[in-house]
Amino acid sequence: MIRVQREDFDVGLEIANLTRCKTTIGGIVTFVGTVRDAGGADAIQSMTLEHYPGMTEDELTAIEVEANKRWKLEASLIVHRHGKLLPGERIVLVVTAAAHRAAAFAANEFLVDWLKTKAPFWKQEETPRGTRWVEAQDSDDQAAKRWAKG
Amino acid sequence: MRLLYFAWLKTKIGKTEETLDLPAGVATPAALVDWLKTRGPGFAEALKDRRTLRVAVNRRHVGWDFLLKPGDEVALFPPVTGG
Repeated sequence: MIRVQREDFDVGLEIANLTRCKTTIGGIVTFVGTVRDAGGADAIQSMTLEHYPGMTEDELTAIEVEANKRWKLEASLIVHRHGKLLPGERIVLVVTAAAHRAAAFAANEFLVDWLKTKAPFWKQEETPRGTRWVEAQDSDDQAAKRWAKG
Repeated sequence: MRLLYFAWLKTKIGKTEETLDLPAGVATPAALVDWLKTRGPGFAEALKDRRTLRVAVNRRHVGWDFLLKPGDEVALFPPVTGG
């Protein structure tokens, strides 16, 4: 399942809803991405996430489908927020559940790496000196390439 | 076709979207960007370096040599930074 929303999410409630009655699950891995304020010269007051409605949902769905092809998952969930967020607020939730932990860990890392390089979101930071668009990190591209096939 | 601009492209170009006819002789996103650059200083500045841009057609990531058709939805944006 995937969801794109402005509102916050409750991690415990999301996991409970996702895994209810699925007794074949033996391990659940959860990733929560939050708004970071590095402080000092890089201090931010808030962050605004813009996205491409329609394509965002399509891309997240495609990424989730791919993860379920590569690993045997019992359940998976991606929730990504958009709009204005404050430091410390949750941005993204990725939950993977499998019979054994190895698949859940690997699929979770894959989902986060791929969504960071494929899902059409853009972060703008509001700072005391004005706004700035966050630049894509080469390290994120390298992380995503680890999962290339062949 | 429908053209969409996101993130700093939207700011530099000064609009989020527009509808126009696929210009004659423009068959790929690469050619489209070259044509758009001639439309004014905002476009020229925003689109000057294709390496800083990505393109989607009908909501899918594509390469610069993808073949465009009339009625396509083309989105131009910087590399994504979600997650």
